[in-house]
Amino acid sequence: MTSVQSDVIVIGAGIVGTSTALFLRRHGMSVTLLERDLTGQQASGTNFGGIRRQGRSLQQLAMSNRALASWYNSRELLGEDIEFLASGHTRVCYHAQDAAYFDDYAREAHAYGLDLQVFHGEALRARYPYLGREVLAASHSPLDGHANPRLAAPAFARAAVRAGAQLFEQTEIVRLEKDAGEFRVSSAQGRVFRAGAVVVATGAWAGPLSEQFGEPVPLVARGPQMAVTEPVPYVFKESMGVYTSVKEESVYFRQIPRGNLILGGGPSGPADTRSGRAAVLPEHTLNQLAQFRRLLPALTPLHVIRVWSGVESYLPDNEPVIGPSSSTEGLYYAFGFCGSGFQIGPGVGETLAELIATGATPIPLESFAIDRFKPVQRAAAMSLPLSDTSMPVALPIRVGNL
Amino acid sequence: MAPRVIIIGAGPAGVRAAAALVEAGLRPVLIDESRRDGGQIYRRQPESFTRSYLELYGTEAGRAQDVHRTFEALRDHIDYLPETLVWNISEGEVHLQQGTRYSRRPFDALLVCSGATDRLMPVPGWQLAGTYTLGGAQVALKAQGCAIGLSVVLMGTGPLLYLVAAQYVKAGAQVAAVLDTSTFLQRLRALPQLLTAPTALRKGMALIKVLRRAGVLLKRGVTPLEIEGSAQTGVTGVLVDIGAAQPLTIACDAVALGYHLRPETQLADLAGCTFEFDKEVGQWLPSIDTDGRSSASGVYLAGDGARVRGADAAECSGRLAALAILRDFALAAPADELARLRRELARLERFAAGLRAAFPWPAKLAAKLPDRTIVCRCEAITAGELRRVVRDTGAIEANRAKAFSRVGMGRCQGRFCGQAGAEVIAAAANVPLEAVGRLRGQAPVKPLPLALRIDDGLDHEAHQICPEAESCIADHAIAQEYCK
Repeated sequence: MTSVQSDVIVIGAGIVGTSTALFLRRHGMSVTLLERDLTGQQASGTNFGGIRRQGRSLQQLAMSNRALASWYNSRELLGEDIEFLASGHTRVCYHAQDAAYFDDYAREAHAYGLDLQVFHGEALRARYPYLGREVLAASHSPLDGHANPRLAAPAFARAAVRAGAQLFEQTEIVRLEKDAGEFRVSSAQGRVFRAGAVVVATGAWAGPLSEQFGEPVPLVARGPQMAVTEPVPYVFKESMGVYTSVKEESVYFRQIPRGNLILGGGPSGPADTRSGRAAVLPEHTLNQLAQFRRLLPALTPLHVIRVWSGVESYLPDNEPVIGPSSSTEGLYYAFGFCGSGFQIGPGVGETLAELIATGATPIPLESFAIDRFKPVQRAAAMSLPLSDTSMPVALPIRVGNL
Repeated sequence: MAPRVIIIGAGPAGVRAAAALVEAGLRPVLIDESRRDGGQIYRRQPESFTRSYLELYGTEAGRAQDVHRTFEALRDHIDYLPETLVWNISEGEVHLQQGTRYSRRPFDALLVCSGATDRLMPVPGWQLAGTYTLGGAQVALKAQGCAIGLSVVLMGTGPLLYLVAAQYVKAGAQVAAVLDTSTFLQRLRALPQLLTAPTALRKGMALIKVLRRAGVLLKRGVTPLEIEGSAQTGVTGVLVDIGAAQPLTIACDAVALGYHLRPETQLADLAGCTFEFDKEVGQWLPSIDTDGRSSASGVYLAGDGARVRGADAAECSGRLAALAILRDFALAAPADELARLRRELARLERFAAGLRAAFPWPAKLAAKLPDRTIVCRCEAITAGELRRVVRDTGAIEANRAKAFSRVGMGRCQGRFCGQAGAEVIAAAANVPLEAVGRLRGQAPVKPLPLALRIDDGLDHEAHQICPEAESCIADHAIAQEYCK
């Protein structure tokens, strides 16, 4: 069998891999897109579908804003409808410190091009009279929205193929090696793919690949806990979720024009990268139901008709890995989106494609560098003064990443 | 310690299993969705109804009475949970819903006797009000004492077609026609297998005699073309091809459909059972051994929910599975009975195979369905849309096609459209049915109330819910006002 040659091999056909392939084609580079199963089946296809910028760390906002343009132009970009709705997105909270944080975050985010409106007290009640009495404040992002995750990544893949990318589904990678300046990727079926650059966008399956290049990451597979109700009249135009430091409270929902409400949030469930399956724990469903009665008492008479999950990947600082390898020229990573990869996905794809095609990008990537997980040198650690509060930094874990 | 055994389903399989376990000194938990025991075939009427066993169950009156009496004798020796839905199963535990109350029960052995529902083939117009399944038509008669319409057409194939028709005739309902997609020749060819249970065969022929005597229009070898009517009128008639120059129209105000039965396998799926494709029935079924052991440790399957073999076989397989549980937990099980039950089940299996040959699933109809035919009624997805998805996206696997088309995504979770949907996909993609696979089972088994809460006697949420909560969502206008 002859090998397939291209400028770039993208491994993994989720939202990041497919959009990277599409944007690489727009830069005129030849692309091979490899997928172990089918396009957009795991985290990209099973997530909530939130097109949400607010709540992201400030360093993600530049890429997230860039991604938003792709979602707004998705019909033209992809040539099909992926049910993107610019519905607006609202975060609400139950605790005073979180209400204060909404104001701080809105101020800071403004500098990064994300405009938010925060409502407290009477203004909150006037705008959202249907919310539970415990809700204290709301942070509204008018330009955010939601889209159908089951359709999005496969549509990006089809657009990439129409633009000239070669897609190989059900192609499991058994070996990835670099030899004489060229990457060589072998599949389980014995096919060989060669390219000058490789993008690893394999979500929860990225660990063994980065480790092979001397860059291990503490990647953990977990599954979102999703549910959907029967259809009812379409009234909730905004996608909405709870911001909180109490994991059980962090639920979110959106309603689609067909009428169903899509529900999610709370603690994540177990996921297994070997079987590719993730479970929804019954106790998590039960917690969600209680939290939704608290957030939106009017939902109480509804029924949940289905629950589902998928395999997502998480990193300890809740930030993804995006950018070039620190060990190997021509190798790029984009994985570990910690349950928040769907919206930003096309922005990551556009940025990586730009970086690979032109050698530079205006989007700052330092915070997402893979070498942040390099084992700290013992000597260096010892030399830090014990009083330095920046030393054993436990990065604040954000919950309610809806 | 005695194993904790949970039986799901109080039909003939579940009741016989419970009896065998009680005889061995165990106290099983028997969970059932219905208000009363008996399952579907021996469904009991409400207490206030006074029809006799003979009126209700005809030739099966004796068996029905025996199953009911067995259950009544068990009441003090089992933990019986009626009106309880097992909505999810996790490792060693079932998750229950009783109204808005949630609870969980641990088990060492779980016996699923989930029964069967009608196997359905779409036909244009089957979404109209007045369209029922044959099983649904029978429930109306047994439990509510009413017919599904003033003038009823029964269409499809299978023994239930003739049973329901005869029951309707005897109850005094007007049966406008019985329309069978299978042919007399198919019946003849199956005769040798059907003769393995001559009594059952005789009973079946007696049903046809009832219809003949009542002068019911009976057509075999028909091709259903359309259920006529409109959203305003509901069903007004049925159009079928009878091989004549002109299709036949039969006026009616209700139709019952069914093409034999399909096992209700979602619980087996949630319990982690392996499924295998059964070429003969064209269905994915949970793998079981002769006695009903599934591939999942501690999980047993019996009755029509495992294999559609009828009520007599359900009694047999229920008891057999109970004996398997006893043996697997090193408890005494009568060996002579084991051999007898296995022989009896094998004989009934041959008869069931005869019924399948006599009343075959009309798989080929799926390819011919007009594009406008709704396949998934919950989500209102047409055959044309499903075919477009197959063509445009290359989705030939059932779950993939579901993700793109929504077929099987609604309230019934594909229980009623999944099999026909798979046939449409297979025909459109020109692949064998087996290659389409099966829709993965996902909790909840039936729609789960958002009001569901752990019942610990404390009302945690009373202070949180506004008094208008219940009426809010129903009031579309108010909700829209909120969202301006």
